[in-house]
Amino acid sequence: MAVTGVFMSAVADTHAQDHHHGPAKGISRWLLTTNHKDIGTMYLIFSFTMFLLGGTMAMVIRAELFQPGLQIVQPEFFNQMTTMHGLIMVFGAVMPAFVGLANWMLPLMIGAPDMALPRMNNWSFWLLPCAFLILVSTLFMEGGAPNFGWTFYAPLSTTYGPPSTTFFIFAVHIMGISSIMGAINVIATILNLRAPGMTLMKMPLFVWTWLITAFLLIAVMPVLAGVVTMMLMDINFGTSFFDASGGGDPVLFQHVFWFFGHPEVYIMILPAFGAVSHIIPAFSRKPLFGYASMVYAVGAIALLSFVVWAHHMFTVGIPITGQVFFMYATMLIAVPTGVKVFNWVATMFRGSLSFEAPMLFAVAFVILFTIGGFSGLMLAIAPADFQYHDTYFVVAHFHYVLVPGAIFGIFASAYFWLPKWTGHMYDETLAKTHFWLSFIGMNLAFFPMHFLGLAGMPRRIPDYALQFADFNMVSSIGAFMFGATQILFLFIVVKCVRGGERAAAKPWDGAQGLEWTVPSPPPYHTFATPPEVK
Amino acid sequence: MAENQSYYVPEQSKWPIIATVGLGVTLYGAASIMVNAQKGESSTGAWIMFLIGAMIMAYILFGWFGNVIRESRAGLYSPQMDRSFRWGMSWFIFSEVMFFAAFFGALFYVRVFAVPWLGGEGDRGSSNMLWEGFQATWPLIQTPNPEAYPPPEAIIGPWGLPLVNTILLVTSSFTITVAHHALKAGNRTKVKIWMIATILLAIGFLVLQAEEYMHAYQDLNLTLESGIYGSTFFLLTGFHGAHVTLGTLMLFIMLMRINKGHFTADSHFGFEAAAWYWHFVDVVWLGLFVFVYII
Amino acid sequence: MRVHAQRAGALLGGLMFPAWSMADWTLNMTPGVTGTSNEIFSLHMTILWICVVIGVVVFGVMFWSIFAHRKSQGAKPANFHENTLVEILWTIIPFVILVVMAIPATATLVDMYDTSESEVDIKITGYQWKWQYEYINEDFGYFSNLATPRDQIENRQAKGENYLLEVDNHLVIPVGKKIRFLVTANDVIHSWWVPDFGVKKDAIPGFINETWTRVDKPGIYRGQCTELCGKDHGFMPVVVEAVPEEEYNTWVAEKKEAAERERQLTQKDWTMAELMERGEKAYQTACAACHQADGSGAPPAFPALKGSPIATQDMAAHIDIVVNGKSGTAMQAFGNQLSEVDLAAVITYERNAWGNNTGEMVTPKEIFDYKNQQ
Repeated sequence: MAVTGVFMSAVADTHAQDHHHGPAKGISRWLLTTNHKDIGTMYLIFSFTMFLLGGTMAMVIRAELFQPGLQIVQPEFFNQMTTMHGLIMVFGAVMPAFVGLANWMLPLMIGAPDMALPRMNNWSFWLLPCAFLILVSTLFMEGGAPNFGWTFYAPLSTTYGPPSTTFFIFAVHIMGISSIMGAINVIATILNLRAPGMTLMKMPLFVWTWLITAFLLIAVMPVLAGVVTMMLMDINFGTSFFDASGGGDPVLFQHVFWFFGHPEVYIMILPAFGAVSHIIPAFSRKPLFGYASMVYAVGAIALLSFVVWAHHMFTVGIPITGQVFFMYATMLIAVPTGVKVFNWVATMFRGSLSFEAPMLFAVAFVILFTIGGFSGLMLAIAPADFQYHDTYFVVAHFHYVLVPGAIFGIFASAYFWLPKWTGHMYDETLAKTHFWLSFIGMNLAFFPMHFLGLAGMPRRIPDYALQFADFNMVSSIGAFMFGATQILFLFIVVKCVRGGERAAAKPWDGAQGLEWTVPSPPPYHTFATPPEVK
Repeated sequence: MAENQSYYVPEQSKWPIIATVGLGVTLYGAASIMVNAQKGESSTGAWIMFLIGAMIMAYILFGWFGNVIRESRAGLYSPQMDRSFRWGMSWFIFSEVMFFAAFFGALFYVRVFAVPWLGGEGDRGSSNMLWEGFQATWPLIQTPNPEAYPPPEAIIGPWGLPLVNTILLVTSSFTITVAHHALKAGNRTKVKIWMIATILLAIGFLVLQAEEYMHAYQDLNLTLESGIYGSTFFLLTGFHGAHVTLGTLMLFIMLMRINKGHFTADSHFGFEAAAWYWHFVDVVWLGLFVFVYII
Repeated sequence: MRVHAQRAGALLGGLMFPAWSMADWTLNMTPGVTGTSNEIFSLHMTILWICVVIGVVVFGVMFWSIFAHRKSQGAKPANFHENTLVEILWTIIPFVILVVMAIPATATLVDMYDTSESEVDIKITGYQWKWQYEYINEDFGYFSNLATPRDQIENRQAKGENYLLEVDNHLVIPVGKKIRFLVTANDVIHSWWVPDFGVKKDAIPGFINETWTRVDKPGIYRGQCTELCGKDHGFMPVVVEAVPEEEYNTWVAEKKEAAERERQLTQKDWTMAELMERGEKAYQTACAACHQADGSGAPPAFPALKGSPIATQDMAAHIDIVVNGKSGTAMQAFGNQLSEVDLAAVITYERNAWGNNTGEMVTPKEIFDYKNQQ
């Protein structure tokens, strides 16, 4: 494997008093590693593979929706595609990418020798390919893969689900164990292994956002485990959690699911907030504006994220008191989020800006994520939500916060830190091309969805009325463009790993932090002795 | 010349990948057992797979924890590593609390909202139109659709076995605390006696709980399929019982380690972790006793 | 000349791609035809404009920086990194804006929840994959199925104007009166939505959700199911016809008479030919989606009926499975969904179509008795 081969030779081992032998050779290196850099690399490769797989499913969806009528797939299979696309992107692409970035960067940023519990770290990683093998194998089982949306509401997913649902549930359990252990590792690392002198309020923002994300993960992944266990029991053991005949309620499922689900979406964005808070100051050559309020804002967002879940349920018939409470709490989250956006803009203002690929993605993040935030605020207005709910307006909203939000945040981080990881500068022209094609493709794909939703097109349908045809065609073209462009990203990364202009320890003149004090690429083991932080 | 030891980073380990295979095989086997049962097909192959997986998991538990114990006793762990373990165990217990919270939440929702609505009260009370004759009570001795979900004839009152179990568990929290103090004082015999007491109390709890389940199934027609009362009752007490079982196993292993001469008066985090877990199990039981049995 | 060419081009485009000539580029939500929908529309526009203004200001500052503060143009970075006053202001001002938005939003929401003092009550039940409308104070009800032909969906026929938004039986309501809807479902969660009314409510099996509307303008209003409910989620539209009060009363009277006639039809003596003719139609509407028009089904989920033991052997088992369904599968209990006439017709059809040729028939009276014995 060209990639791993280059990594092996790129890693130099410079410790004098080391009882470490440097990395092993061959596949056993990757199976048996306890090294945060190796594990970070594996998470990133895994996540990109899942991104391409989930993306292929999106291409199937958009191909079917290119024109009215059923041309390419039957509705049953279409429902499997929409479900698996969501599950793979959420649990296989976005979350593992951020964990990969955490693994690589957290120890370097806080001056720690590795994560707190390195063996458990590797177990967290390897559980993911295991879980996704099981999940993807459901496509080939009798009755097909899960076909009830990534939100798997009961009783569609219990009484009316295919036999593979039980396998899906266990795959979710495995992913959950991986995430909880990973989050425990992150918290222990950040709270316990910071270099002397690095107080909490001196920690880099990426470390702060990951500390808070880890807290959210530990709090809500077990609730997800609870709800899929209730599903498992209803399907296989005759319980009636979600069946009114026995005194249960399908809406109970939604409450428990979204209690997990809402913090989950913040889990998917906070690390991007952190990364962007490094990148914008670096390319503005100016300190981050309002460090303390940025920290408090992330804390406020995290706390509020626990009490807004029913805004996903405005039309299910919850009592009006609940409706009003959730509307107010949801609107409130706009305040700390807005503070962060203003702070990023204020960081850029009167800076000395340059627009290499990381900055392009970071700036696009701020603009487009904010647009996603605006549609989110509109969705928060409960009476209006009755017209938006379960339409393409919602699809537009979450793709704006996830694609130019989480995904662009990940691309920005990748370009920002690739020189550090590989020791080479990536090809800037190709990277900018990747940016512009992604930017245009993404906007063509998802902006029209706002109009489709407002015009009345529901979600999760394989065929639609004729008045929706034009925007659907535009959206599909944009999606194909965006999808194809990601192959270019693969090419850029592989090219960078194999060679390129030598990268200095600090290739970005405006960057700050301990991670820029170690060589590019860093030795296999770094900070065996913690540095002093002033 | 550093005063502090450097933080130990283990070099390579086979346990994570073996554990992955073990967990994957176990859960895939479990899923196959259930799916085959639904289809009415034989699940022998699935059971074999499940058991192989479980054996792999048992193997890695001994292997991995054994590895960690050996490293600890070889003096490789600094005080900072000890703190990592403490943070790890605390946050793990917090995640378990959240798991139970999901089920307590479900119980709360069903009692305060779903069942009253089905019975005709409140904002969604018109739902009662679909369930003629259903009256909301708790415990749910009458289900909306008794053909689909035959209700239990009676439920388990709090002041019989459950009260005994409460006393057993609360006492066991005391006994383990006494054992802990004895360990810190260096009195090994006292530690062993009070640990054995704790384990006996735990086993007593489990035996009585098993009896209670048998009584429920055989005499009271209170089963998983008895409607939402049965569902919440068995899931909450069942997962609790599973955690007690795990906790008892942990206590037993600690006892074995004490017998082998492990632990010192100053350094015995393994013991403390087991004790924390045991207290957590006790606190969850108190929650159960109040919200499932009494109220 | 040019105008002719343009028209010719449009016509050609329309012929080749009929979808294009029907499609449009609608950008905004409809204000609708009810008080609620109009209130929602103005809330929507208000929040939209607030977001636009904030966006213009924030992005404006950012674009200005991108233009004026570039290193390549020689900009030197300033060193400020906090300003407590500014930060307090941009926390408080958004908070105040939100409070101001919340007040009318709350008022509209309270109004939307007030289902009291309704003049007509209709129970709406979501099924996989159709709606049932029951006028509970008038003692009649009917199903509303997608009417778009399969041929249009599978691209063998040009698509009609109301492609996927047309049904066999509209929901008919009077204008100017408060209509209360009791929404529930038979199987999974569905959601009943009519954008022009500003009404959407999830249909939860086992529970009833109430909502209401008062339509001011007569017309035909179309909506769709808005909660994923299985394979034909996209194929169960909602069509409501709002008519003047007298027309509504006439219609109700007719429907009640028709229901009574159907009850009488159950008692009459049917011939095999009559049952087959009626059965084929009922089969196409209620059964073909899963078992296919030619009876070949899509095993294992949807068994074939052509040559099947159920349709050619024990009659009692055949009646049982059609009337009571088969639990644990997608085969619903059609006993509550189809009239005794249709049930008898469908079963007779299935036993004799596609070469099954049992020569057997079952009458509506027999079905009526069967149902009463259970």
